[in-house]
Amino acid sequence: MPAFKINTERDQLTVDRLAERFGADSLTHERLYDTLCFTVPREKVHDVLAFLRDELDFHFLTSLCGMHFPGEELELGTVYFLHNMRLGHRIRVKTRIPIKEPKLPTVTDLWPTANWMERETWDFFGIQFTGHPNLKRILNMEDFPAFPLRKDYPLEDPTREDKDNTFFGR
Amino acid sequence: MSQITRRADHWKEDHVDGRPLHELTTLNLGPTHPATHGIFQNVLTMDGEIVLETEQTIGYIHRAFEKICERRPFYQITTLTDRMNYCSAALNNMGWHMAVEKLLGIELPKRVEYMRVIIMELSRISDHIICNTIIGQDAGATTPFLYVYQWREKIYEVYEEICGGRLTTNIGRIGGFERNFNDVAWQRIRNILKELPAVLDEFDALLVRNRIFMDRTINCGPFPADRALQYGFTGPNLRACGVDYDVRVADPYSSYEDFDFQIPVGRSGDVYDRFTVRQEEMRQSLSIIRQALEKLDKIHDKATFRADVPEWVLPPKQEVYNDMEALIYHFKIVMGEVEVPVGEIYHCVEGGNGELGFYIVSDGGRTPFRVHFRRPCFIYYQAFPEIIKGGLLSDAILTMSSMNVIAGELDA
Repeated sequence: MPAFKINTERDQLTVDRLAERFGADSLTHERLYDTLCFTVPREKVHDVLAFLRDELDFHFLTSLCGMHFPGEELELGTVYFLHNMRLGHRIRVKTRIPIKEPKLPTVTDLWPTANWMERETWDFFGIQFTGHPNLKRILNMEDFPAFPLRKDYPLEDPTREDKDNTFFGR
Repeated sequence: MSQITRRADHWKEDHVDGRPLHELTTLNLGPTHPATHGIFQNVLTMDGEIVLETEQTIGYIHRAFEKICERRPFYQITTLTDRMNYCSAALNNMGWHMAVEKLLGIELPKRVEYMRVIIMELSRISDHIICNTIIGQDAGATTPFLYVYQWREKIYEVYEEICGGRLTTNIGRIGGFERNFNDVAWQRIRNILKELPAVLDEFDALLVRNRIFMDRTINCGPFPADRALQYGFTGPNLRACGVDYDVRVADPYSSYEDFDFQIPVGRSGDVYDRFTVRQEEMRQSLSIIRQALEKLDKIHDKATFRADVPEWVLPPKQEVYNDMEALIYHFKIVMGEVEVPVGEIYHCVEGGNGELGFYIVSDGGRTPFRVHFRRPCFIYYQAFPEIIKGGLLSDAILTMSSMNVIAGELDA
């Protein structure tokens, strides 16, 4: 294993500050490789992100992406990649939501850059960001019938018979 | 200097008897227009020559890379990363290899890391050559586009010698390179080091203190640093605004901490600053390559070109045909029978346009469970309407080319 640059002290400080503000049992955290990841319930995600931005100086939203875990109770999810450039500190904040009601508060009020990222997540996962100024498809055509990055959307035409993928592919 | 500043929403107030005083024009810039240098559309609402509102349409060359990645083994995804920012394909390849190596826990020998640094910096130079000569072209200076552009060709000749590819390179492998650099490749790299600085000086002499170019680009499409950070700018576009953020220094990878180089920054984030920042970055890249060659000279071992991880590096064909062990590994790698740890990582490199990130979630299967590419173009291009609002159409064109929007990276 290569030595990752892990700043335990800084990570612990972030955990403590969040626990102090939101209560220790409402957020879970784990370290995946070199990065601290928080899992936050949907109701708190906007407050947590606003707190991280304003109080802990995670002023840069590096990226935002959707996730899909088929068969689980909370099937869909999003990951927010935050970066504190002054300290060189990166964390990830994750949240999970049910596929029946895929709604999340927008973070475009915190970071204007979230605009297209959220549109992309809507486009591919069908996650509705409430309060988004212009939530429509971005990379796919507007009348596209599905959310293609969900796991149940087939990559290839399912009616094809000339290809046998028993041993190849997932 | 030359920009006409008007309040962009003045037309909403200028009504006489319920009819607007100004007649507004809708202009389609793109999808295929020579000035966009790629396939994307901007619907501009214009008052005469002044851009009031812009609506962007993208996705014309969307190829669903993130979906395809979920069905491909790790080593087959390299070819997809080529096709994102195809002006610096080698950089994307290296970024992907490093991301997978981070997931697998592979550590590379110093020699390989320095070789990678050389390739990445060459790739950065080729990216910046393309962007800067096109700025010249769009500002009316055709000479650099024809004259400096041939150095991109020389860089492609280096790739050609190493991996056989030129534009979409697929260079390197997870765990190192496919083969050692041969003498011709080293000679070509040294040749570039020897001759390119003089060409860059000539390029500078043509444009940097050129009165016409300065009048045309200074104060054209400026963007303040705080807005740039809120919009997620990275790379030369952010540095032109005056923020010295560079992934090579902030989060060193591939032994960048061993090198001594400077991060050029601009001040106002206008076209001129973006141009000069890229110009200086090319010089810094050349200096990094020079240092890498010196460091490589001090390493006695001249044969290592990959890490000692047989279960991940495809063995050379010669060995596959003659050696049982190599054949077994070849089969296992191609069939995807190698154990991948369960986990998730984010790795980023300083791409030609900024922080190029790879987010891999692995569930231990043959292919990644989910891959997300952080494409710098996609993120900063959304600020384009705000930058050009209230300016002239011709400034909008120049702003777009100086932002270096690459359609492949935009749409992935």
